[in-house]
Amino acid sequence: MKILVTVKRIPDPDESLKFAGGGLDTSSSKWVPNAFDEYAVETALRLAEVAGKRDRLAEVIVMSICPAKQRQHVTQFLAMGADRGVVVDADDSELDTIAVSKAIAAVAKSEGVDLTIVGKLSQDNEGNQVAQRVAGLLNVPQAGFAATVKWDKNAGTLDVGREVDDGVEHKLVPLPAVVSVDLRVVLPTSIKNGVTADSHKYQEGPRLASLRGITMAKRKKVKVLKLSDIGVSSAGSEQVVAVAPPPARPSGQIVGSVEELHEKLAKEAKVL
Amino acid sequence: MARAEIDNQSRDAFRRSVRKFVAGEIAPHIEAWEEAHSFPRELYRRAGDLGILAVGFDPAYGGLPGDCSMIIELTQELAAVGSGGLIAGLLSHSIGAPPIEALGSAQLKARVLPEILSGERISALAVTEPGGGSDVANLATTARREGDAYIVNGSKMFITSGMRADYITTAVRTGGPGMEGISMLLIPGDAPGLSRTPLKKMGWWCSDTAALYFDDCRVPANNLIGQEGMGFLGLMQNFNRERLFIAAMAYAFSKVCLDEAVAYARERKTFGRPLIARQVVRHKLVDMATKIAPLASFLRDIGSRIDRGEHPIADVCMLKNVATQCLEHCAKEAVQIFGGSGYMRGTKVERIYRETKVLSIGGGAEEIMKELAARQLGW
Repeated sequence: MKILVTVKRIPDPDESLKFAGGGLDTSSSKWVPNAFDEYAVETALRLAEVAGKRDRLAEVIVMSICPAKQRQHVTQFLAMGADRGVVVDADDSELDTIAVSKAIAAVAKSEGVDLTIVGKLSQDNEGNQVAQRVAGLLNVPQAGFAATVKWDKNAGTLDVGREVDDGVEHKLVPLPAVVSVDLRVVLPTSIKNGVTADSHKYQEGPRLASLRGITMAKRKKVKVLKLSDIGVSSAGSEQVVAVAPPPARPSGQIVGSVEELHEKLAKEAKVL
Repeated sequence: MARAEIDNQSRDAFRRSVRKFVAGEIAPHIEAWEEAHSFPRELYRRAGDLGILAVGFDPAYGGLPGDCSMIIELTQELAAVGSGGLIAGLLSHSIGAPPIEALGSAQLKARVLPEILSGERISALAVTEPGGGSDVANLATTARREGDAYIVNGSKMFITSGMRADYITTAVRTGGPGMEGISMLLIPGDAPGLSRTPLKKMGWWCSDTAALYFDDCRVPANNLIGQEGMGFLGLMQNFNRERLFIAAMAYAFSKVCLDEAVAYARERKTFGRPLIARQVVRHKLVDMATKIAPLASFLRDIGSRIDRGEHPIADVCMLKNVATQCLEHCAKEAVQIFGGSGYMRGTKVERIYRETKVLSIGGGAEEIMKELAARQLGW
């Protein structure tokens, strides 16, 4: 089995935003891996590996669309344990959601992958569109916001648990498929691959890149493609008109009693 | 010590992993571990998995690339929770294992280093004795060869990780008086005739510290590290590394004190204004920063000289003193800025304040550092 995992770099969410010329100024941003993509890679690795052994049930390919020279985040994901990488060399200005989705679909097709795993969204623009679009472009089933994944190798299916408003919904999807993952997928027993004991407890959260993993990642193969190599033309269907910081919040008031709070809510804020 | 090259990108990636490890697996528990005077043994294994314990050791024995500046960065990340005990305990192999790497036979190294660097086994260094610490050349613990074993008699004091170490790198006297009679012996934690007693301390609570007693303690002769009589040389080389590490800790904790004090001074209001608006407090903060800034350069400089294979003994002594004096100043001022809160348990600055003395005494006391520097400088 081949698993493709999409990964993205984002400006460090812990840094404060800078604005310039009606948009975000990321020229001095520190770039970090998108957290949901770390969950996606962790999902793929837990599906692929047999805990405590060196055997692998699947090849894990990480894919990123970014300037080829700024692919440190790909190295980080390779250091977590992915087998190899594919980088589509493109600048953010050439991209919109459809171009990104087409590029992912094209790589999934040319690599002949059985499963594409993506984070449910990237923390910078919170689009949450890629999984759905890629599934549509590939014409394969999809299961979004996975909290648990159980792989039945013989049946060639995934049982994907999704936490919805009224409980946990299970979707049984035949492979090939596209799955987007949510936060809970990295709880200790969320992933079951049928070979690692179902009772096995992983360390909670995405695994950290070890120093050994980091040094080995440097030797792993990364294929670099251009958008034109995979027949994808650059963006054009979406346009960012403007990005502006939200207005500063007016300062709050400290009230002396519940009665005073009640009166202010009723008379000033008029919400009661 | 093998010092394979490591590029900046890998360095940054590793630092990021260590930061997450500290935030996710240490920070939530450190207060409880400090109060319990211990941290789980499993933490060695986790640190081993991440490669934290292997940095800078020979890859042939489970080591990973890394130089002094990486060790300084690593110390900074681990120091973020404000517990020197955690660093001293978790990294007790950083003084226990280098003599094995430097002097030990290939067979001994292959037997014990991979287990230590993976976190399966805990390594400690035992030099100081009840009768004296800094006066290494006159240590009194003896090891007498008897067939295929050494019979060890004597005691060791203030040994970090002494209670639960599996391998104790011990300085013993195999020969006559003076430095020529000293050898290093790897004493297993379960050696017959070894007993250990825990010691209570002013700081470094979550690290275990022990007194070790050897009563006709039998140790296999192939646990001798290197040759008989080479112990003193091995120890002296080790001291450079230990002192740089202590300076790195003092630097890192000075920065934690400053950061904590700045954050507190911004938040805490007195007479309607935050503390940081008060000139007296602002100047205290600047004084702290003023001591920290040159220390950073000094530390980097000595680190890179050691990486180049130099043995700048006098400079390392001076660095250790500058660093620990900087920490004593920063911890004192940080507690003062915190006021009553700084005297309460549960703040990082309270803990660091209690941990300043161990750094100015351990690894060679401040006065010994000055004397050694003077001698090295030919005065």
